[in-house]
Amino acid sequence: MSPSNWTWFHRLASPPYFYRLAGRLAPWFGWAAALGLAAGLYGGLWLAPADYQQGDGFRIIYIHVPSAYLSMMCYMLVAGASAIGLVWRMKLAHAVAVAAAPLGASFTFLALITGSLWGKPMWGTYWVWDARLTSELILLFLYLGFIALHQAYEDPRSGERAGAVLALVGVVNVPIIHYSVVWWSSLHQGSTVFVGSKSDISASMLIPLLTMIAAFTCYFAACLLKRIQAEILEREQNAGWVREMLEQT
Amino acid sequence: MRALAALVRRDLRLCFRRPGEVATPVLFFVMVAVLFPLGLSPQPELLAMVAPGVLWVAALLAGLIGQESLFKSDYEDGSLEQLLLGPAALELVVLTRIFTHWLTTGLPLVILSPFLGLMLDYPVQAFGTLVLSLMLGTLILSLLGAVGAALTVGLRQSGMLLPILVLPLAVPVLIFGAQGAAQAARGEDAAAALYLLGALLVLGVTLVPFAVAGALRISLES
Repeated sequence: MSPSNWTWFHRLASPPYFYRLAGRLAPWFGWAAALGLAAGLYGGLWLAPADYQQGDGFRIIYIHVPSAYLSMMCYMLVAGASAIGLVWRMKLAHAVAVAAAPLGASFTFLALITGSLWGKPMWGTYWVWDARLTSELILLFLYLGFIALHQAYEDPRSGERAGAVLALVGVVNVPIIHYSVVWWSSLHQGSTVFVGSKSDISASMLIPLLTMIAAFTCYFAACLLKRIQAEILEREQNAGWVREMLEQT
Repeated sequence: MRALAALVRRDLRLCFRRPGEVATPVLFFVMVAVLFPLGLSPQPELLAMVAPGVLWVAALLAGLIGQESLFKSDYEDGSLEQLLLGPAALELVVLTRIFTHWLTTGLPLVILSPFLGLMLDYPVQAFGTLVLSLMLGTLILSLLGAVGAALTVGLRQSGMLLPILVLPLAVPVLIFGAQGAAQAARGEDAAAALYLLGALLVLGVTLVPFAVAGALRISLES
């Protein structure tokens, strides 16, 4: 493969280029998220019929499912960016991981809160030691460990690389943790009844759900790009291009 | 090979000259296990039911207490940098060090666990499984703890940070180990749990030295 095929990759790694690219893309994702949220919430809260067993309580899935999905996808993003940062020594990749981790932790927290709010009317209790809830809780701990380690270093360069090692160790462990928790909860209790399995969900409920997932992803992308911009500015505060940009505005 | 053997001898000798460091995790293990009957209730049936979990959680916490000292003194007196510059591959040095450290912090817990099992009404016929599961488990925990120790060795608040980093990763070990010990106590076959622990140990021995060596290089750079 000729080296020129990789120029886009190297250009992406240049902080000024990525800063401008992120600044251009973020509003598009932001508006897409706003429109998607409005359409998805209207579809989910008004158009979709109440579930015949769960009543209106099921509607929390329009927040819960996108949060849970993003909480896991974001950890993959953190780990992927960490690997790129460690292997190619690309500082921008570390900035992505550092910027994404608090977002991932927030979505994990949101998924846990909405899950337990749904659990109260459905299971009769706020917390069940269900395999999925438990793995989600441990995922939150993994995020918090990453953030705590990164912040504990006085030198941010070492901190982000130490965090990257932890994220990689974590991502190897995530499937093991998940399956061990599944095994553990199947030993402890009979499988929890999940009313209304995914496969036979009706289109009037499914379309708003997919809209919400897409909208949440756009929202996540917009927030992430803005956070990366802030990270870049903080790292490059003494660089010439930042000064030039400030003088122009 | 000779360098590694010298390293083992040095670490063991250092350890025997400072017996307090070996005794601290062991004492912690015993005390945590003793706190549970005091906090719950001394009924034999209840204790027998919670004994596998209590012993495993206590061993997990005590093992982590011991891990903080893994690289600390070498980092402070500069010999860690010498090891990094030395002829032996850092990954092998790390693996040797983890094993030696386990001999002085993990193995005493394993040896002591049957006695605590007796105090918690854990059935005597299941002691074999308990000891075997803890033997495999503390080795895995030593490996996982080494990652945390290497990442936090240069930090001031490493004592608090290390458990926060490592405990979520240790969840599968706790689940398999405690389940195995509980199954053996009920007279069931605990082979599946022990096999899974063995598999985790193999995975850990294969991958952890690289993570620890990478983490040490980062810690020493700063």
